Amino acid sequence: MGLANIEKLVIKYKNGTTSLEEESILRNYFTGESVAAHLQEYVPMFTYFTFIKKESFNKNVQLKIEKPRNKNRKFLTVAASIVLLLTSVFFIKKENDRYQAKKQFAQVTKGLKLLSIQLKKGEIAIANVYSNQNN
Amino acid sequence: MNESDFLKVISPFKDKVFRLAKRLLVSIEEAEDATQEVFFKLWKNKEKISDYKNIEAFAMTMTKNFCYDRLKSKQAGNLTLVHTNYKGKETPLEKSIEYKDAVNIVHSLIEQLPEMQKIIIQLRDVEQYEFEEICELVSMKPIAVRVALSRARKTVRNALTKQQNYGVS
Repeated sequence: MGLANIEKLVIKYKNGTTSLEEESILRNYFTGESVAAHLQEYVPMFTYFTFIKKESFNKNVQLKIEKPRNKNRKFLTVAASIVLLLTSVFFIKKENDRYQAKKQFAQVTKGLKLLSIQLKKGEIAIANVYSNQNN
Repeated sequence: MNESDFLKVISPFKDKVFRLAKRLLVSIEEAEDATQEVFFKLWKNKEKISDYKNIEAFAMTMTKNFCYDRLKSKQAGNLTLVHTNYKGKETPLEKSIEYKDAVNIVHSLIEQLPEMQKIIIQLRDVEQYEFEEICELVSMKPIAVRVALSRARKTVRNALTKQQNYGVS
């Protein structure tokens, strides 16, 4: 392609009106060997465009990612529920112990009361016997 | 659609997604994260994929939007860095002169373009998309796309001419 044509295309290119085909003509020209001196500034541009297009995404696309943030939150919920469970077990046990102690205390009190009633009865009976003898 | 089908569908354009993300987010790690995120979202919505006329265009639009959101939240978090931003703006030419390699010079010139121009020059001059595709992707009218592209090309070209005239690099 003649220089005159290239110059025309360059003007169109600057105005943003070139087609993809025309741009590929320019790309070939400016990445080629002999570029006119007054168009040198386009060499780095087109060299850059071709160069940067070779850059690629080198990692594998992960489709089953769990964000570490979410993982942490999950772990925290599990930990929190375990703590809650343990504390409630602890309190239930404590409450139960208290209940048992109360029950035992009541039984003992009841027993002692009964004993004291019987003792009183005996005391009264003995007192009666004494007073009868004295009379 | 199973996993390997999906991977086959995305393989022709996964590099394009990555390159667009890198164009906008600059750092390779962030671009990789963005690529991963876009394909993960696409995979989660795989039942709808057959509805999309053009998965590639859809993925590219998602990438653009995702990167925009990233940039927005970054800017919001970096408001205190005004000073360094200012410094960066003051010496773009000096900075680019430091790069000996022509490729690096052009790269840094494009890096200084406004976001939309970056996207459009990437889609057209690197990925060689048709104008209709670009219009759909950035939801802009053809004339606006051509104007943005023309501005981007002229900015890069003028900066390169200046450097050559001053005999630097």
